[in-house]
Amino acid sequence: MKYFTRLRVRRVYKWRGEPLSFNRKLKTCEYSSLSISVEGLPRTTVISTGQHILIEGEDEDNPYVARVIRLFGDESGKQKKAVVQWFVRVSEVPPSKLKLLGREPHPQEIFYYQGRSCDDEVNAESILRPVQVRHLDGAAAFPDSDDKDTLYVKLSWDSKTFRVVDSAVVDSASAEPAPASSPPPRPKPSLPPSPPCSPPAAAPASRGPSRRALPTPDPAILRKASSGEVRYSRATMSAGKVATAAAAEAESLHSATKLSASKCLSAKRRNASARTPGVRKKLELSSPEKMTREDILSQLLDQELESDVALAQRLSSSPPRALPLTHSLTPLRKGSVCLKPSTVLLNKLSPSETESRDESSSPQQGDVMEAELPSGSVKTPRRRNATPRRKSATSGQQVTTPSRKKESKTLREPALGVLAEVDNESSPMLPAAATPRSSKRKSAQLVSSRIRKQLNLLESRQDLDSDREDEDEFVPSKKELQSSSEEEEEEAEAGLDSDDEVVMKKSRHAAAGSRTPRSKQKSRSSTRTPRKTPNKKVAPGTPRTPRHATPSIPSRSLPARQPANVLEEARTRLHVSSVPESLPCREQEFQDIYSFVESKIIDGTGGCMYISGVPGTGKTATVHEVMRCLQHAADVDEIPPFHFIEINGMKMTDPHQAYVQILQKLTGQKATADHAAALLEKRFSNAAPRKESTVLLVDELDLLWTRKQNVMYNLFDWPTRRHARLVVLTIANTMDLPERIMINRVASRLGLTRMSFQPYSFKQLQQIITSRLNKVKAFEEDALQLVSRKVAALSGDARRCLDICRRATEICEHSSADPSATGLVGMSHVMEALNEMFSSAYITAIKCASLQEQLFLRAVIAEFRRLGLEEATFQQVFVQHQALCRVEGLQPISVSEGLAVCQRLGACRLLLLEPSRLGVLQRIRLNVSQDDVLYALKAD
Amino acid sequence: MSKRKGKDAHLPVGECITLVQQILRERLCHQQLPDKPDGIEAQHKHLLELLKRTAVHGESNSVLIVGPRGAGKTMLLKCVLRDLLEEKEAQKNLLQVHLNGLLQTDDRIALKEITRQLHLENVVGDKVFGSFAENLAFLLEALKKGDRSSSRPVLFVLDEFDLFAHHKNQTLLYNLFDVSQSAQAPIAVVGVTCRLDVLELLEKRVKSRFSHRQIHLLSNLTFTEYLERVQTQLCLPDDFPDSKFAQDWNDSIQTLCEDKSVEEVLQRHFNSSKDFRSMHMLLMLCLSRVSVAKPAIKPADLLEASRLCFADAKANMLHGLSILELCLIIAMKHLNDVYEGEPFNLQMVHNEFKKFLQRKSNSMYNFDQPVIMKVCINMKPLSKFFLPFNSFPATRFLESNTLYCFRCSSAMIGRITVNIYIFCMKTDKFNIFPSKPITYTSCFSSPSGLRAPAAAGADPTG
Repeated sequence: MKYFTRLRVRRVYKWRGEPLSFNRKLKTCEYSSLSISVEGLPRTTVISTGQHILIEGEDEDNPYVARVIRLFGDESGKQKKAVVQWFVRVSEVPPSKLKLLGREPHPQEIFYYQGRSCDDEVNAESILRPVQVRHLDGAAAFPDSDDKDTLYVKLSWDSKTFRVVDSAVVDSASAEPAPASSPPPRPKPSLPPSPPCSPPAAAPASRGPSRRALPTPDPAILRKASSGEVRYSRATMSAGKVATAAAAEAESLHSATKLSASKCLSAKRRNASARTPGVRKKLELSSPEKMTREDILSQLLDQELESDVALAQRLSSSPPRALPLTHSLTPLRKGSVCLKPSTVLLNKLSPSETESRDESSSPQQGDVMEAELPSGSVKTPRRRNATPRRKSATSGQQVTTPSRKKESKTLREPALGVLAEVDNESSPMLPAAATPRSSKRKSAQLVSSRIRKQLNLLESRQDLDSDREDEDEFVPSKKELQSSSEEEEEEAEAGLDSDDEVVMKKSRHAAAGSRTPRSKQKSRSSTRTPRKTPNKKVAPGTPRTPRHATPSIPSRSLPARQPANVLEEARTRLHVSSVPESLPCREQEFQDIYSFVESKIIDGTGGCMYISGVPGTGKTATVHEVMRCLQHAADVDEIPPFHFIEINGMKMTDPHQAYVQILQKLTGQKATADHAAALLEKRFSNAAPRKESTVLLVDELDLLWTRKQNVMYNLFDWPTRRHARLVVLTIANTMDLPERIMINRVASRLGLTRMSFQPYSFKQLQQIITSRLNKVKAFEEDALQLVSRKVAALSGDARRCLDICRRATEICEHSSADPSATGLVGMSHVMEALNEMFSSAYITAIKCASLQEQLFLRAVIAEFRRLGLEEATFQQVFVQHQALCRVEGLQPISVSEGLAVCQRLGACRLLLLEPSRLGVLQRIRLNVSQDDVLYALKAD
Repeated sequence: MSKRKGKDAHLPVGECITLVQQILRERLCHQQLPDKPDGIEAQHKHLLELLKRTAVHGESNSVLIVGPRGAGKTMLLKCVLRDLLEEKEAQKNLLQVHLNGLLQTDDRIALKEITRQLHLENVVGDKVFGSFAENLAFLLEALKKGDRSSSRPVLFVLDEFDLFAHHKNQTLLYNLFDVSQSAQAPIAVVGVTCRLDVLELLEKRVKSRFSHRQIHLLSNLTFTEYLERVQTQLCLPDDFPDSKFAQDWNDSIQTLCEDKSVEEVLQRHFNSSKDFRSMHMLLMLCLSRVSVAKPAIKPADLLEASRLCFADAKANMLHGLSILELCLIIAMKHLNDVYEGEPFNLQMVHNEFKKFLQRKSNSMYNFDQPVIMKVCINMKPLSKFFLPFNSFPATRFLESNTLYCFRCSSAMIGRITVNIYIFCMKTDKFNIFPSKPITYTSCFSSPSGLRAPAAAGADPTG
């Protein structure tokens, strides 16, 4: 890729072949491929739909990755466009979100992008060249190749979470261009005949044995399985995606579809995991003798129950309780009999029956899902319930299998997390997940499984319900996997959250299927939590070596003491750092800023706002509060997601560091100031796809002033760009800063959206303190009023007000050592605090000065009077001083001594002196008013 | 111990003297902390409470200790820290960072020093000592990661706080105060300064973040307290090995402090300045005169020490000058009087000198202009007395038209001349003025009345 970018050659883009179709409304022609040739070179590169490509981005070394979905041009052929499916690089994921990954991302790793708010139409001219993208199974390790041109996909990224991505999404059309006949928006569903080394290649191969293993294959299923229809296998894959550990044998007999899928997957994994013997061993693990009978039974039981319950609901004909009860007996009976494939098979026939009944009972269901999917997909909602369990079983098994440990290190952490979850819930499939390490757990699980069995008998339905949800929670990745595969099916609705969409449709059409979708939806929302929790749990355990850059103050060995009495409590609450629940007295400002930023985010536009106000009026706090609210709104999907970045002019050493900090917070990159400026410029000016709005808070704006003002210019210019989607909020102290320090072009870009925070009035200050205290009764009303009035009169600085109150509580605490005082902070305490903070120490300092120093001050005033000026040289003052000494009857002091006295006064800044190297010629001024000096000396 | 004490009751005098020297020197020079702060108990309590809250409760605070030089600001802080660290809870938690405005002259150095003292540089190897910007971001990140209850509190002591306010943009202060006002790692910022107007140095946004707590150390000492203080500083402790010697010594100190002349000297010192550092200086000079032959401090020692303390440094400098240099200085002084402090140049000084020679040609050789110039160059280190008026570089010093300003007060030079005269008479250096040295002083008409009695006093010797 460097080759291309470095040369900066002119590339020529041409359509290849005839247009496939012509859209009359839009007047666009679709093409199947595009050829890129470099001027002067004979070589041409062909880009066709379905291929993965690199697209020019802001970072030359890391161009965007995408897959071409559609190529089209306008009639004249001037405009060449491509519709693409984006992939995100590691560097494009916000660093804060990368933690969700729970492991170190591979440098060559990319994520299938599922987020919204991204423009999937790009200019074809920005295409650089094709690239090799390979799908890796979630468990597989990254191959150790130094081929920089191959990228790997494991997970998808929807700007909030990572999910496992289905291989078909990535690989179905990898490398091979889709045949011209296939409709471009939908990638060709069939598997490529022989994709080199791509995982799905294993799938057809594994189908052979699967068929062989079936004793009595259902012909319809068999046909479907062998037909190689991707959609079908995908749908089933969602059910049998992961090879089970415990009940693999039984499961394999369950249905052909499941078997083929699971085999496919295990084969795939075998492929990916470099053929370690452990895999083989693992598969053998599924033999019954390794299991306790109860395990299998409970699993079977669960499956049965689920399907039956689902059936019961769908039909809504029989009382919900009756069915499970009758059915639950069957597995038990079978359990007592030796576990034989035939019986299991027999038993497993019931689901297919229900299926057929399903179809008959809800004939419209088929075309709801997909026209081309008559029956296979109908199963999915129900099957889904069964699958997670097996997933968890496998993951547990992976942990136990020692030989796999090395390769699946990355996987281990989530798996462990899952285990932990499982443990908490004490679900029936635990024995499968039980590791040899924890025998205690195993026995506990056994017990719990037994208990569960009985519970199942009694209140199976209720239990099942929760059970299902639990299961869904355990294996969110599994769920995501399915949803991603579903998404594939619904790919026509690109950009929408297809997962929800599917659910919605299903819920609408399934006869009594409110249950399934509900639980599904629940699980969807809950998927996030378990995903996060394992990661969080694991994060501290991971070796910190690679993440050096952020050290912290060591944590304390002894815990901080909590406030003990009312005054301490009040002091804690009054500390400026304590974040209040709400910001009183700034409601109007809050509303204004909120609506400003919200509208910009929703519109996807940019803008600037200038906020001014004297220190301590809550500017930064209000903006932060707004951002918290907006972030919350974004979390619940009320508004599109956005980035919030904050820089502070005071927290950087040089105005140009602003670029560096913005870039680092935006992308995590580190760059020099110039480079960062260039990158940001590119980022904000290019019609870049998939861009979230960015809200940038610039605190202490005046410090970003440079002579050319280019930093400020850029900051205010970027929001005006069409594609920037940047909202800039600037904060400074002076109201007229734009007029005073900005040149016209900068000030004009800043615009006139201004807001000024007035200093707090005494009532507001009082309200602030009261709200902070929040019913902790520590102050007398009058005392509060005194403080707020005093502060409001002086500065209206809320910080000052809070500090005085804190000091007053301290004084109160000291004085209340004697029992006479009440517990409340009274007027006297507040007065003392006010005096301490506001009185100047000059007069006391003069009173406490030594005799010669006082005499010298007197001499200074005498000399000023004589000269009629406010300035004199030391020589002149010294003459006066000598005279005064004689008047006072003191021994006259030497010049050195006099100079020393003078210097001492100068050090306290009672006098202002010229540099002392001037000796007797240095000029002297008073730093206090003459009246103050005379007052202090007279009082003495 | 008591047994040993009994046995060693009579140490040789030499050993006792060595011990005394050791004990008292430690007190006077090593700034040994007093057991409890005298006269500043309130401040001590306030500061201790404040720091304790940071150390124990994790409450962020900022405070300034303000007071004139030698008022005991650092002593107070050290006492508080000593008392604070006696508490186990604080000792285990508190991290300390000591900065001095005279050492950390800009934020870059200060940041590096903070990183070093917090032992953060080991975490990232040499990376911290990258660019200034990285360093700042690094440190802020580190502080930001902590929170009130979990991270160890950090105490920042900023000595010569006012100098930090002169750093560019006050970045360091802003950030420290900002951390102390936000829910980050708990820190306490203690500034120590002698400037009373230090708050006016802070930018308003920095000032707003400062908590405005100031602890003023303005000693309201009376002379009797001062006297007591002298006595306690000189007294030997009770656990001195030779109790008899200690008793004798303490008695002698007692009598010393009651002596009239000693009181007078101390009063003069007290008048001049109340700070303890100058007192320690005086006592140190006394102490150095104690020897085996003279195992006690006598009033005469104190007088001598006081004389040394009050000695006029500039007048002392004149003592080593040659006659020609002295003559030139006197000529300059004369010019200064005549032109009322207006600047003069070398030519004028030479002319003045020649005038003097014409009157008293027998007593001195008429030096040429180059010689005069050379003398002036040699006197350059003595530029305390005169300096280039328009501050030319040293090479231009040679030019005769450079203007100089005389920098001694006329009263002083008047006394100096007399002093020199007496001094020269005593040391019999004046072989150039063999006949009547009195004419030398009388040839300058001094406007100062001060000189007359002194000169008259000198006359009889001549």
